[in-house]
Amino acid sequence: MGNLIIVDYGMGNLNSVKHKLSKIGIESNISNHTSQLIRADKLILPGVGHFKKAVENLKSSGLWDTLYDAVIKNKTPILGICLGLQLMAKHSEEGDVDGFGWFDANVVRFNVKDKISHKVPHMGWNSIRLAKQSLLISDLPGNSEFYFVHSYHIQSNDPSEVLSFTEYEYEFPSAMEKGHIFGLQFHPEKSHDAGEQLLMNFAKL
Amino acid sequence: MFRPRIIPVLLLRNQGLVKSIRFTHYQYIGDPINAVKIFNDLKADELVFLDILASRDGRTISLDFVSKVGEEANMPFSVGGGINSLQNIREIISAGAEKVVLNAAAAKNPDLIRQASETFGSSTIVVCMDVKKRFLGRNQVCISNATKFIDHSPIEYAQMVEEKGAGEIIVQSVDLDGTMKGYDIELIGRISENVTIPVIALGGAGGLNDLRNAYINGHANGLAAGSMFVYYGSRRGVLINYPDKAELKKIIQ
Repeated sequence: MGNLIIVDYGMGNLNSVKHKLSKIGIESNISNHTSQLIRADKLILPGVGHFKKAVENLKSSGLWDTLYDAVIKNKTPILGICLGLQLMAKHSEEGDVDGFGWFDANVVRFNVKDKISHKVPHMGWNSIRLAKQSLLISDLPGNSEFYFVHSYHIQSNDPSEVLSFTEYEYEFPSAMEKGHIFGLQFHPEKSHDAGEQLLMNFAKL
Repeated sequence: MFRPRIIPVLLLRNQGLVKSIRFTHYQYIGDPINAVKIFNDLKADELVFLDILASRDGRTISLDFVSKVGEEANMPFSVGGGINSLQNIREIISAGAEKVVLNAAAAKNPDLIRQASETFGSSTIVVCMDVKKRFLGRNQVCISNATKFIDHSPIEYAQMVEEKGAGEIIVQSVDLDGTMKGYDIELIGRISENVTIPVIALGGAGGLNDLRNAYINGHANGLAAGSMFVYYGSRRGVLINYPDKAELKKIIQ
C-alpha cells in the first residue's frame, strides 16, 4: 500500500488517525518534513480547530507550498478529514481566509432555523446519502453512521465534486471527491466499522 | 438521520473505575481500559472520563491514561479532572482525547473557556456544570464535589459559558446522581431552550425511557449516564451494557 503520511501542521489530534490505521493493519507516519511529504504515496490531512489558524500554520511552516507540489504537481492522492477537507475549498467564512481551492466550494457557517433541535456545532452521529459512485465510499454496512463535529460546512459550486450529502435541517456536502483529491467532513477514525472501511478503501486506492 | 448521542460517563478514582450515588458512596466497578474495549464491542457513541480526585489533589488526569484510552477507543472521548490551563489542554489533546471537560476551572476563570476555544476550537471544549438544589428547591451551580456554590443560576451560567465559547455543556444533577430515578427534565429543558450549543443531560438516568424523555422533552443532544451503563438489574450487579440498535430506535422515535 506504499508510504502513507499523516500531515502534521499543529492542528489537533493526529494520533487517533494513526492508531486507527494501525488497528486495521495499515502502517503510517506522522510528518511535517517537506522531503517526506513530497515522496509520500498517499497523504492524509486531518485537522480540528480554527480555519484561519490552520492556514497560518501551513503557510508559516512552508507546508502550504509542499502540499501544493505534492497534490497538484505530483498528483499524490490525499484524504482531508474535517478541517482538512474544509482547507481544500476556495474560501472560508471562519476567519475570512482562502483555502487551497482544490474544490470549487466555499466553507460557510451552519445556518439553521430551529435552534433548539439543531444546535451548532453539529456534533454526533449522522448518516450520509451517496451522490455518486466511488471507490472511497464503498462496501459499507447498511445504514452506516458517522461521527461529525463541526460548526462550518462545505457549500459546493460544482455538483460533480460532491460524493455524499448529510442532512442537518438541510443537506450539506459531507464527502467530496475530485480525481485523486478526497475529503470527509466526518471522522472515519472515530466512526467504528464504517469508518474503518473508508480508511481501508483509501489505503487500497 | 441525526440522532442524539448516548454517552457513558465513567468516573476514575485511583486508576479504577467507580460509580457514586449523589457524589458519595463510591463503588469499585473495574478496570477502565477493559471498559473501553467492551464499549468498543457495544459500539458506544462516545465516552466521557472524569477523574474525580484530580481537582482535589491539585493535579490533572493522567496523560498516560489518556494515551491508553486513545489507543483503544473506536469512538470519540472526552476527559476531565483538574484541567485548568491551556498547557493541560494541549497535552490532553495530543495524548489522544477529542475533547476536554472543564468544571471548577471554568467557574473560577471563565476566560479560560474563551482562550481554550480560540486556541483549540470550540468543539474541543466541553463545560460540565454541576447543579444542586438548595433552599426552597432552587437550583444552583456548584463545584468541588458539590461543596462550594457559585453565584449563578443554571441558566445564567449556561449562557455565560456559551458566550465564552464552549462547544457544549454537560448539565449534571448532583441530587439525582446514581439514583437511576430519571433526569431533571425541567432543568435540562430550560437550559436547552436558552442556549444554542449542544446540551448533554447527566444524572439520574435509569432506563431507556429516561433517555427518551431527556431527548423528547428536555431537547438534549447528548444522553449521558453512569449507573445505567455499568449496573444491571435491581440488585445493581456490575455489568457493562449499552443500548443496541433496536433499543436506540425506541429512544428516538
